Amino acid sequence: MKTVFQRTPTLKNCKTHYCPGCGHGIAHRLVAEAIDELDIRGKTIGIAPVGCAVLAYDYLDVDMVEVAHGRAPAVATGMKRTNPDKIIFSYQGDGDLAAIGTAEIIHAAHRGEHITVIFINNAVFGMTGGQMAPTTIVGQKTATTPKGRNITTEGHPLKVSELIASLPGAVFVERVSVSNPAQIRKAKKAIKHAFELQLNKTAGLAFVEVLSPCPTYWRMSPVKAMEWIEDEMTKVFPLGRLKDVE
Amino acid sequence: MSERVLICGNEAMGEAAVMAGVDAYFGYPITPQNEFTAYMAKRMPEEGRIFLQTESELAAINMVYGASATGKRAMTSSSSPGISLMQEGISYLAGAELPAVVVNVMRGGPGLGNIAPSQGDYFQATRGGGHGDYRTIAIGPSTVQELIDYMQLAFELADEYRTPVTILADGILGQMMEPVTFRKRKPRKLPPKDWALTGAEGRGQNIVRSLWLKEGALENHNYKLQEKYKKIEKNEVICEQYAVDDAEIVLVAYGVAARMVKAAVIKARKHGIKAGWIRPVTLWPFPTEQISKAAEDFKIFLTVEMSLGQMVDDVKLAVEGKCPVLFYGRPGGGIPGPEQILEKIKQLSITPKATAIKS
Repeated sequence: MKTVFQRTPTLKNCKTHYCPGCGHGIAHRLVAEAIDELDIRGKTIGIAPVGCAVLAYDYLDVDMVEVAHGRAPAVATGMKRTNPDKIIFSYQGDGDLAAIGTAEIIHAAHRGEHITVIFINNAVFGMTGGQMAPTTIVGQKTATTPKGRNITTEGHPLKVSELIASLPGAVFVERVSVSNPAQIRKAKKAIKHAFELQLNKTAGLAFVEVLSPCPTYWRMSPVKAMEWIEDEMTKVFPLGRLKDVE
Repeated sequence: MSERVLICGNEAMGEAAVMAGVDAYFGYPITPQNEFTAYMAKRMPEEGRIFLQTESELAAINMVYGASATGKRAMTSSSSPGISLMQEGISYLAGAELPAVVVNVMRGGPGLGNIAPSQGDYFQATRGGGHGDYRTIAIGPSTVQELIDYMQLAFELADEYRTPVTILADGILGQMMEPVTFRKRKPRKLPPKDWALTGAEGRGQNIVRSLWLKEGALENHNYKLQEKYKKIEKNEVICEQYAVDDAEIVLVAYGVAARMVKAAVIKARKHGIKAGWIRPVTLWPFPTEQISKAAEDFKIFLTVEMSLGQMVDDVKLAVEGKCPVLFYGRPGGGIPGPEQILEKIKQLSITPKATAIKS
């Protein structure tokens, strides 16, 4: 029988701790596929965030480190500067990267670190119980915005990709989504490209923002959550390539 | 470099770190350690090694964490407020069992304090400083020569025990110039870094972590750390003593304060006062045994610090109530000079034992 689809080797054969309908599983697979297709498992070092994906090393079969909340881009800098031939990537959520780790990601991009950053935006803090993230959209109800995010008290959602794209040190910035198969294919291409740039020694930071569902804290079914990404999230966070090497 | 050279402490530490094989230095400007960072900015590229000025101390310690996780020798230097910011990273280094050398050129605190020399960070350095049940090795040199001599040891202890090591200097040591010799000791035999993240080529995955969620896993991890700390306490204490055996008054001090104490003790002996001193070089592990032994015969202990009393707690724990432990110190940039210390020694030498015990 012809094999038309199989688990990519870098994705471990195990159950994950993620909730039903969570987007991390898809994003993990795309990262693993990119690593295997580029044949870089033997020289890749990954950095797990603090948040739901803290156990990413249980699912991705590459050398990995777990770091303090938000500090992944600084850790990545320390790794890449001392190991320029290794492929270094961080995998961070929106609490990790867009709240507590803002300084680290801005300055890593600003310095043009040759690293790959996969930024999972699900508009909420997942692990701690669904609190507001900087990326929570206006009106969205969370544990800490029970009446919905209000711009007069909580401000507007932070558009991280647009911020990063404004920095000369970032060479590739794209916002993708895992809300349907077509978008997942585009997401895969972007993630693979973000690794390839590092492999090609293209100077600068490669950044992929992935809009990802959190059915548990959005209080939605998995299907409804995918629809919410397309109907609501993409209005605030438009998909597409913001920047690429010429 | 085997001839005598005149150099300030901050630059001396930089050169010593280069000699000790540091692969990467990450730092953020703060007084009074800026000469260190500037020296590394010049020297590290000359050696083809990594220097990076970071956006914050948080970033600096986490870059150290990253470089160290790949098996490289990495360090940072800062001063008190910056070291406070690094405590998160130091706790993670301890938890993840990563080697690192952190230099603290202490200044006055709390808060922004001032830029004068101080020993106010003793608690922070010896108690762990960050969250969790851990210790970090802390070395307290007292001369520029010692800043050099203990740098290689700091890296070796960090690698051997996979734990962060602090060199606790102060504004005087960092700024002061002294004639020194750069000499390399025979390196320790160190275990291979087979835990390092180097890409999993031809082997299974390596993971560097400090999160242990499964029931009992963190408890076991803490027992494992504790075992390591016990081994460090048993094997790595460094302590200097002078005229303790026949002394009636024993002064305990470290770092620059110990130099003032030495001068005072020598003068006291000239006055016929039986004084001696104990100088902890490693502040953790603390020379508890040495002090406890000295306290077997009745003596008055006088701890002298450039703070309002931090190490004195460890002296009391070592003495265990067998002898009176008194304290003299000045905080916030105040320096307890040899004359002032000598005055204290003189007062104690005429104090009846009973009064000493009460105080």
